[in-house]
Amino acid sequence: MIADFAQLLLNGLLAGTQLAVPAIGFTAIYAVLRFPNFAVASHATIGAYAGFVANVWFGLPAPAALLAAFLVAGVVGVVSDEIVLRRLRPAGALTVAIASVALTIVLENIVRFSFGNDLRGYDLPVLRDWHWPMPWGDTLRVGPQQLENAVAAGLAMAALFAFLAFTRTGKMMRAVADNPMLAGLKGINADVVARLASFVGMGLAGFGGMLIGLDTSIDPLTGFRVMLSVFAAAVVGGLGSIPGAVVGAFVIGIGEEMSVLVLDPTYRTAVGFVAILLVLSLRPRGLLGERAY
Amino acid sequence: MESYLLAMAVFAGFYALMALGLNVIFGLGGMINLGLVGFYAIGGYVSALLVLKLHWPMLAGWLAALLACAAVGAVVAVITARLKGDYLAIVTLGFAEVIRLVASNEIWLTNGTDGISAIPGPGRGVLSPLQFNLLFAAIVWGTVLVVALLLGRLSASPFGRVLRAIREDEMIAAVAGKKVLRFKVQAFAVGAGVLGLAGALYAHFNAYIAPDAYQPLITIYVVLALTAGGTGTMRGAVLGAVLVVFLTEGTRFAGNWVPGLAPVQVAALREASIGIALILVLYLRPQGILPERTRTLSLEPR
Repeated sequence: MIADFAQLLLNGLLAGTQLAVPAIGFTAIYAVLRFPNFAVASHATIGAYAGFVANVWFGLPAPAALLAAFLVAGVVGVVSDEIVLRRLRPAGALTVAIASVALTIVLENIVRFSFGNDLRGYDLPVLRDWHWPMPWGDTLRVGPQQLENAVAAGLAMAALFAFLAFTRTGKMMRAVADNPMLAGLKGINADVVARLASFVGMGLAGFGGMLIGLDTSIDPLTGFRVMLSVFAAAVVGGLGSIPGAVVGAFVIGIGEEMSVLVLDPTYRTAVGFVAILLVLSLRPRGLLGERAY
Repeated sequence: MESYLLAMAVFAGFYALMALGLNVIFGLGGMINLGLVGFYAIGGYVSALLVLKLHWPMLAGWLAALLACAAVGAVVAVITARLKGDYLAIVTLGFAEVIRLVASNEIWLTNGTDGISAIPGPGRGVLSPLQFNLLFAAIVWGTVLVVALLLGRLSASPFGRVLRAIREDEMIAAVAGKKVLRFKVQAFAVGAGVLGLAGALYAHFNAYIAPDAYQPLITIYVVLALTAGGTGTMRGAVLGAVLVVFLTEGTRFAGNWVPGLAPVQVAALREASIGIALILVLYLRPQGILPERTRTLSLEPR
């Protein structure tokens, strides 16, 4: 029982680290642009496929492919925002949110058109699971790939926090998220910050999409399948709060793993929805509240 | 061919009913519902199960579907109506996925991903397929007419006026002494009930339902129908639904004319065209073909 618990906790922590990346992307876009951009789902898929092309077609190693996933998804995010969503912003957040659902369907089908519905896997060395003996006599199991993913996710998050905390552009983003009007008075160009938020947010979604793919395999619905967990992480932590998204991702990641103790494993993805309902009923602003940083 | 056209007319009727339901929730009440396919699914399952397993008469099944969805809609609204629309969008989207999950996994009740088959339809087996489609088209469009008239009355009533006031500015409506939460919950329940009724009719027309039928794409069809027709108007909702069926079926034929495409590519193009159509409508004519006319003239040009 203790062993099960520890193993599930470890799995949950690893899953949460991975989930935090796209959740930060979703919440960062919300913090700056003030609408839920449902196109994160298709951008996660695009990132996964960009990484696949870099890794399998061009033979790049996984870290370089992850960078490709970030860049391609980020660029697609900026371009699609410029073409599709930006001009709808005056019509209100709900209109843009609806358009982002339409956008995600269009992008997902562009991927489907190009790659088909087949499952695809990355070109990775097959490694055996590591076993760690524990003081209470059991062993914990962890896949090297899971651990690498967690490290990659951790590095991406550290880079983002450093960017937001120490660079001038990062501070501009936080200023706009905090108070757009005041930021405008200070001469911060809202359009530039919006583009930056789309790039970073969708880039992180793509990065996260590839991390998920590294663990298993990818198909055009890869991003859509984790969408609910991503939204749940962002809402649980407080929509628009980046540390909140990290906390929320751990809550959802661990919650989904732990749920197998009481629920049928097929209901894992429902955990996110239940978490959303609980948080909205008990603490509507999320665990950390709607603060951008 | 006639049978196919009638089947399309029936499907246009389902979309029209759903667009009418969405119109009460979103068009009048201003509450987004990106999970309406979930209510469509609940309606289908409730009616199919009651009729098949408990041998309820079909009409009772349809009514139960309507009431069940209204109740679920009220619960969803109570939880979310106080929150900003962003949250409602996320919750409803997740809601539809969870419904699909439950339908796939509660095999004892829903038969899982295999779905439920042999759902009876009025006169199925007795009538020829063509006659059956004709009868069902009459039933569906009769329902559309009745629902559109009733909801039109509702929209013109003081209830509808308050809803529109809430849509425009919740705080002003609250200051004017209207119980905003109660109106929102009622509107959501009415709309969800209509969605459930549409789902029940679909189940009994199709004779077979499975979780896979309730894709988020259906939600987009209906949002597109309402937006293209004219958010806030009942005629617009019906017109938009007919147009959407023209679009989805038209692209089916268009896809076959393009040479050298794999079936999956044709399917991808068709799905993408729905998304593109919705984006274009939001750009070019967000008020729809039959725009809502409110009795008060707004000062700024629309």
